[in-house]
Amino acid sequence: MNTLWDFLSMSDANVRFVTIGSVLLAASSAVVGCFTVLRKRALVGDAVAHAVLPGVCLAFILTGEKNPLILLLGSFLTGWLSLIIIDLVTANSRVKEDTAIGLVLSVFFGIGILLLTSIQHSNNENQSGLDKFLFGSAAALVGQDLITFGAVAVLLLLSVLLLYKEFKLVSFDLAYARTIGLPVRGLELLLTTLTVLAVVVGIQSVGVVLMSAMLITPAAAARFWTDRLGAMVLIAALMSAFCGAAGAYVSFTAPAMPTGPWIVMLLSLLAIVSFILAPKKGLLARYLMQRRLRRQMTRENILKTLFHLGEAKGEYEHSYSKQQILERRRQPLVRMKNGLNALRRQGLVQESSNGWALTPPGKKEAQRIVRLHRLWELYLTEYLHLASDHVHEDAESIEHVLTPELEKRLEELLDYPTADPHHTIIPQQP
Amino acid sequence: MNIDAFWIILTGALVAICCSLLGCFLILRRMAMVGDAISHAVLPGIVLAFLFSGSREVWTMLIGAALLGVACTFLIEFFHKKARVQADASIGVTFTTLFALGIILISVYAGKVDLDQDCVLYGEIAYVPLDIWLTESGMNLGPRTVWIIGGVLVVLLLFITIFYKQLYLTSFDPAFATAIGLSTTLWYYLLMGAVSLTTVAAFESVGAILVVALMVGPPATAYLLTDDLKKMLIISALAGTIASAAGFYLALWLNGSVAGAISAVIGLQFLLAFVFSPGHGLLAKRRQPVAVMKANA
Repeated sequence: MNTLWDFLSMSDANVRFVTIGSVLLAASSAVVGCFTVLRKRALVGDAVAHAVLPGVCLAFILTGEKNPLILLLGSFLTGWLSLIIIDLVTANSRVKEDTAIGLVLSVFFGIGILLLTSIQHSNNENQSGLDKFLFGSAAALVGQDLITFGAVAVLLLLSVLLLYKEFKLVSFDLAYARTIGLPVRGLELLLTTLTVLAVVVGIQSVGVVLMSAMLITPAAAARFWTDRLGAMVLIAALMSAFCGAAGAYVSFTAPAMPTGPWIVMLLSLLAIVSFILAPKKGLLARYLMQRRLRRQMTRENILKTLFHLGEAKGEYEHSYSKQQILERRRQPLVRMKNGLNALRRQGLVQESSNGWALTPPGKKEAQRIVRLHRLWELYLTEYLHLASDHVHEDAESIEHVLTPELEKRLEELLDYPTADPHHTIIPQQP
Repeated sequence: MNIDAFWIILTGALVAICCSLLGCFLILRRMAMVGDAISHAVLPGIVLAFLFSGSREVWTMLIGAALLGVACTFLIEFFHKKARVQADASIGVTFTTLFALGIILISVYAGKVDLDQDCVLYGEIAYVPLDIWLTESGMNLGPRTVWIIGGVLVVLLLFITIFYKQLYLTSFDPAFATAIGLSTTLWYYLLMGAVSLTTVAAFESVGAILVVALMVGPPATAYLLTDDLKKMLIISALAGTIASAAGFYLALWLNGSVAGAISAVIGLQFLLAFVFSPGHGLLAKRRQPVAVMKANA
């Protein structure tokens, strides 16, 4: 606990730099990343991250020193160039976007490695530390870097804040944005530029390969919690900031641990938790809902079967054994048993020594479903002119989801019918 | 040309042929970035295999990494299909997670694992001739890496020639392939297994980044030059071989990394094809409208 307190109090200047730096970098790349992901350009960030390397090396070769601003400028230029080339290649040849991204990514990075190794072998003693761009080293952030990166991060956040509405339109409805006269080309270019900026500064903390995670992962995770862009950006930024601080804490307690991979690892864990547990969109929530729907369908199908049996016999309160129900409608026995028990608890069927029978409320419910089924069959034959032997399957699934409003509409359209296409009676509303 | 240069170029060429053959199928399936993801995701597999076997035992490393590669494709599919994560985001999340895991494992077991972060990314093909395979009787059989990659190449060539039709159909017309009873899922995972295997075999000598360059570059170049899959396979293998030889001399001249230089040459090859390809190049496209106008006049 003591180490945590030491960390949180930030009495050590170095800890302060590293933590603030990591949080700023993580949060700003997450914000920009939201737009990148929504525009389906998630992997482009990966290409930019790799394309930064030759820029850094060229800037170093040309100036012979490691001025962070010059290096940033060099990396910004090649990062930007890589995006232009990807667009150019996709627009002007039959090469697809994924291939173009992979190609630009590896070729730019290869050239970067070639230059980097060439510099390393040239015995220029000034060069040491250039390779920190490869793997990043948040732990090595010092005061001057922090000012540079902090300024860039603030710039990023400010531009997103000021142009929020425009960016939103460009990300979601390009055609509409163009129609109302927004400078779409310019905005796209600006978003691209912001992405490159985010990558260029973010690389300092996590390195080339993991940079794309800083853009993609928080956005992908936040997407699961909300449908609103504002909330998504906020959630992504908060998640990232938290992981940035946690990563800094890890390298504070265990200096041998690399900060970047830990930030990414924590982000991924958060993302996987979101994929699975998020309400409504998460894997688990969707699974539960599907199960609920499936069970409801089973129950409704049982009611319907009992109704059909009653219809054949002319008496609806008669009891039938499970075997008889199964003969009328094939279904897994366990599922049917569970369905029958649930129906009994709802008071829709009753069990006696003779078997299972509909109760009066059960008959009413069954009648409703059969009615929907037959109305739909009639609608399909009358309005879509389908043959009457082709409509059953479709009605089997739609009968479970038709709302009372639609039922009323159907009735009006079909002029209050009494018989379905198979000349069986459509039960009237009880 | 001295013997070391010969071994290095041979290794490069063998890797190039393996990667570019598989790459053709990858880019036709629009899965170039999945190849990229696999090449990074095998890292934890290699580290784990290393930890379990305690040595650089070739076969454990190959198996460990191949398993991770297939697991990576499985996770990508799972996140995309089951959890409904956007396709590109699912690739990005998966491979960065696995790569981060690999680097963390390396740091945790720094004393036990003799792996270098840089080596993971850009390998060191120049060291290939140093690791010689000697038989019991002391006969020099040449570098070990050449044998491993040569073996993988033979397996790949057999795989592609025997199952050419299946690979062709599932890549171009999955619906038809399913209709005549081919399992697209099976061939998908077989292909991904092959990609992982190649990545791992090539990994130590050339690093992740050259694997990606070779898987995407030469096939993309060939794709601009021909419409026939068989020709595309041959052209990309040739382009890859030329790139590895030219890259070696470029690296020698600049005194830099061979893997980096080969990637640079691959970029140059694509640029040439992009501009000058007789069928699909920029110049050919520029000329076409003029020719049509003349014909009309």
